[in-house]
Amino acid sequence: MSSVLLKNIVKRFGDFTAVHKTTLDIPDGAFVTLLGPSGCGKTTTLRMIAGLLDPTEGDIVIGGRRVNDIPIHKRNLGVVFQNYALFPHKSVAENVAFGLRYRDVPKADIPRRVQAALELVQLPDLGARRPRELSGGQQQRVALARAIVIEPDVLLLDEPLSALDANLREDMRVELKRIQERIGVTTVFVTHDQSEALAMSDRIVVMSAGRVEQVGAPEQVYNAPASEFVANFLGASNIVPCMCTRRGPEGATLEAPALGAIAVPAARAPKLREGPAKLVLRAEKLQLLPEGAPCDGRITAPAVVETVDYQGQTVRYFVRIGERQFQAINLIEERPFAVGARVVAAFRPQDCAGLPGT
Amino acid sequence: MSVEAREARQPWILLAPALSAVTLLLFVPLLFILVYSFWLRTATGADQPGFFLDNWREALTDPFYRDILLSTLRIAAITTAVCALMGYPTAYFIARSRGDKLLMVLLLMLPFWISYIIRTMSWINILGASGAANAALMALGVVSEPVNMLYNEAAVILGLTHYLLPFMILNVFVSLEGIDANVEAAANSLGATRWQSFLEVTLPLSLPGLAAGGLLCFVLGAGTYITPLILGGPRDAMFANLVFEAIITQLNWPLGSALSLMLLLVLGALVAIYNRYLGMTQLMKGLG
Repeated sequence: MSSVLLKNIVKRFGDFTAVHKTTLDIPDGAFVTLLGPSGCGKTTTLRMIAGLLDPTEGDIVIGGRRVNDIPIHKRNLGVVFQNYALFPHKSVAENVAFGLRYRDVPKADIPRRVQAALELVQLPDLGARRPRELSGGQQQRVALARAIVIEPDVLLLDEPLSALDANLREDMRVELKRIQERIGVTTVFVTHDQSEALAMSDRIVVMSAGRVEQVGAPEQVYNAPASEFVANFLGASNIVPCMCTRRGPEGATLEAPALGAIAVPAARAPKLREGPAKLVLRAEKLQLLPEGAPCDGRITAPAVVETVDYQGQTVRYFVRIGERQFQAINLIEERPFAVGARVVAAFRPQDCAGLPGT
Repeated sequence: MSVEAREARQPWILLAPALSAVTLLLFVPLLFILVYSFWLRTATGADQPGFFLDNWREALTDPFYRDILLSTLRIAAITTAVCALMGYPTAYFIARSRGDKLLMVLLLMLPFWISYIIRTMSWINILGASGAANAALMALGVVSEPVNMLYNEAAVILGLTHYLLPFMILNVFVSLEGIDANVEAAANSLGATRWQSFLEVTLPLSLPGLAAGGLLCFVLGAGTYITPLILGGPRDAMFANLVFEAIITQLNWPLGSALSLMLLLVLGALVAIYNRYLGMTQLMKGLG
């Protein structure tokens, strides 16, 4: 196991810069997710760590050793690809044994280690099958077993769950995290799925257009987004232009039209200065209440329901507060509000975040 | 008519034009050839209808025909091997290239726009006594007299390779294109060098394409008569030249029919063996 350090790496393809100057420190044993939309540079970054791409500038250091000039087959990394990339002409056991045959593993030990890896991914009886005889989820597990059986220094996962259907994806998410915790390998996980990132990571690196937008623990990235992009990419947020009228050590006060003064805690407004600002109000934190309901210390504003997007357990409303439309995602108690209903929109100021900007 | 009956008829209606063309233009003439092969050519030059086994006996027992059949198969095999050795790296380069693959494949097809006969004859201008190669060698002072490069087996193999190489490249290219590029990357990440991952992953996965290209090259090569006619010497005749000789020169249709069916059976057996082990789908992919 090893830490991974990316020092000022840049990747250009001709005139196009896929990854702008980026520095990233991934501690030993951590589960770090590169999260972002397609084309944000997350897979390019992963492929540079793997040695499948050479960085145009900067250093890649794995376990304290600069690996820029070390070819992929000598880096001792476990890589799981989006489409699994199993060897179709080899059996499951031969697939898993592949990496061991290129290492100093005594021949007699190989079957035992292959079997142990297959047991770890809960496929102990499928060693003799061919990959095409397996379901997508099983192929995924074989790809994982093949990557971890070599005891890699770092495990690199390139959207490993995106080809699975929704239910299986959630099961595999739990499974993958269990296996990673058990073997304790440093893991870099690439995904565009925010719920995967939030559920699995010790740290999330949010990327956009080849730049790192924010690095932080899941709660940190979710609750205190560092940019408008992060606020919108992880869940739905209402971004409201406002004025920061006061900035103190305990927090900042934001004045937003139709909402009044909102006291945002300092941890959620680290970069805020007095002047033009933006209020970030998560759609899940904006609660709609019937007119006249008690609002126990929350900030309230009268609102009119404009659109109702029913989703079973929850409902997504678009409501008008003053001049702006807001999004609110609420659990359904009894029956959702109807279009045109006059309601009270309520939220707690400590659930809001503040961003500098106009 | 019920819906089921209508749906059952539909494929036959769609297939009818092609089926009738193949039946009329291929199977019926082939049947004529089969019937002809049992007729007998008499001393007067007239064909006597009937069921005589004389032509087949001659074709199957005469060592002259057997030797030429064997040398035909040998030339086809050598040509196929040369095409595989030259075609595989080319196909690999195109498949792994970041450039315009479509353009490269189109360039590969470009020779097909020129008649096969013209392409074959062009070698006379290159290898002939006053051709480009000899002119260059003499100008450089390597030789003082023109070297005889034409009208031998090597020239036939060269001409056939020139003709058949695109078939090999296309088939291998298609099978290489079907291999997920990440599979090689996965092998590398597990510790295999590029050469090792090529030998253990890419090459085995592209074998069906290599086999399909090989079959096409072999069958087309073994059935050719233009190349040995133009580039071969008197002793380099291939089996199809014997058929040509019997039918066109000697006007001995019964013997020519038996000989042509013999070649058809030998090559057909090879295709059947290929189909037994690899299936025709790969060939279809290569042609499509």
